[in-house]
Amino acid sequence: MNIKEAIKKSRAYLCMECGKCTGICPVSRFNHGFSPRVLVNKTIRSGNLDLLKDKNIWTCLTCKLCDERCPAGIEYIDLTLATRLEAQKIGEEAMCSHGGAAQSLMRIMTTPNLEQKRTDWLDKDLKVTQSGEVVYFVGCLPYFDVLFSDIEVNTLKAAKASIKILNKLGMTPVVLPQERCCGHDLLWGGDFENFKRLAEHNISEIKKAGAKKIIFSCPEGYRTFKIDYPKYFTCDFQVQHITELLSEAISNGSLKFKNFDKVVTFQDACRLGRHLGIYDEPRTAITSIPELKFTEMTRNRNRAICCGVSAWMNCSTYSKSIQLARLREAKETEAELLLVSCPKCEIHFNCAMKDERAGKDVQIETMQLVTLVAELIEES
Amino acid sequence: MVRSKKTTKPSHKNFEPKIVAFCCNWCSYPAADGAGVSRLQYPTNIRIVRVMCGGRVTPGFVLKAFELGADGVLVATCHFEDCHYMFGARRAADVHKITEKLAEMIGIEKERLKLDWISSAEATKFAKVATEFTEMVRKLGPSPIKKVATNNRNKIREGIE
Repeated sequence: MNIKEAIKKSRAYLCMECGKCTGICPVSRFNHGFSPRVLVNKTIRSGNLDLLKDKNIWTCLTCKLCDERCPAGIEYIDLTLATRLEAQKIGEEAMCSHGGAAQSLMRIMTTPNLEQKRTDWLDKDLKVTQSGEVVYFVGCLPYFDVLFSDIEVNTLKAAKASIKILNKLGMTPVVLPQERCCGHDLLWGGDFENFKRLAEHNISEIKKAGAKKIIFSCPEGYRTFKIDYPKYFTCDFQVQHITELLSEAISNGSLKFKNFDKVVTFQDACRLGRHLGIYDEPRTAITSIPELKFTEMTRNRNRAICCGVSAWMNCSTYSKSIQLARLREAKETEAELLLVSCPKCEIHFNCAMKDERAGKDVQIETMQLVTLVAELIEES
Repeated sequence: MVRSKKTTKPSHKNFEPKIVAFCCNWCSYPAADGAGVSRLQYPTNIRIVRVMCGGRVTPGFVLKAFELGADGVLVATCHFEDCHYMFGARRAADVHKITEKLAEMIGIEKERLKLDWISSAEATKFAKVATEFTEMVRKLGPSPIKKVATNNRNKIREGIE
């Protein structure tokens, strides 16, 4: 899709320059050189080298907050994606955080016949199989667990918790030993060629395992499988997020929880919330825990603020400011625990808190929603 | 060395490994310089990238080298007590542990990665480490990572080769 088509499809020509997107954009709040309105205008007016060479096209978090606010209903992030895919073709690239380690890992994963050792974390008490109906898609969690061990974020806890929950619900999921990254970050970084390779690997691995349903705990993987894979490839499997499964089980009454006496707040991940519209399911899971007090942050659900970085690109002082502002908002609710649904939110918030200049007013315990739920399941 | 037998196929007979060495500006790079000045022989498979400090080498550097087709990566820093920046060499050692774990998880043999401490006076040690490491990688055979090609990446590689 070239930019002209993308403008038509995303209805960008309806822009009336009201600037509401810039008003609500979490990046523009701190980075005054960035404005979604200016970028949309530039796309419509030029759409050529001038636009593609603009560094600002990589600054957007694609958190979809502007899409929600836009009175003209412009699909802003689709336009951004199309622009990035075009920009990559002429050799433009985003500035990758963490020395590009995450991107390199993903590109290395495009190698066929790769012998990964990514299932060493599976304990004996977690029941998994080689082939079956249900696949649990682990995603990049084993890699993040090692890469971010220096900021003491244990992302694999969520994977273990998810399998524990699935076992409790009477399912024995398949964990693919040679599963690849879903390609989310490469796609949003404009690298379609390698995204395609990763997707083809994943689809063939899933077909080999004979699965019909895939369960996710990572919102980005879920978005990619639900929205992006069917767009470009033929895949006939059902996808479901673990919180959807949880809320079903809770309404059936097949899951009971122990008491948890704490005040808790919840961070909506942009991919889970605004991209896929899952707001109620995580809240059902949280509020069904007895004695737990649930408070909402000022900006919640479709108005929630993103965790500051997406697709491991352009982490900067602005990202830190966004993260600290969001953490302060969480502290204002007087919650003792901040629940997150995305491993990246957990990593980013913990990274912001570890900063020496962050101060004590932003220190709050963070945990993945599935980890808490799995800990509190009543043994029957 | 079961692995070396497995990977040494006839097609790899004349295999010349590509090795990227990250050398710190204050110790290992002068050591390499010294090796040249005193005419010590070491394999030409080593391609040196000078960094200001071994602590600057993040997992990203090493993985990028593998992504672009390196068969082995050597990180050479100062000895702990000689580090120009006090803590850099120690940081390099800490980061190297993370890199090793990542590499092993993604299917790159641990032996393709090496961290060593070479002071600026140890030109002979540099030549020895370079020779030994090259031989080790030669035994392992070509890297299991297929070169990753995109429009952009092709350009980068053309620049290297």
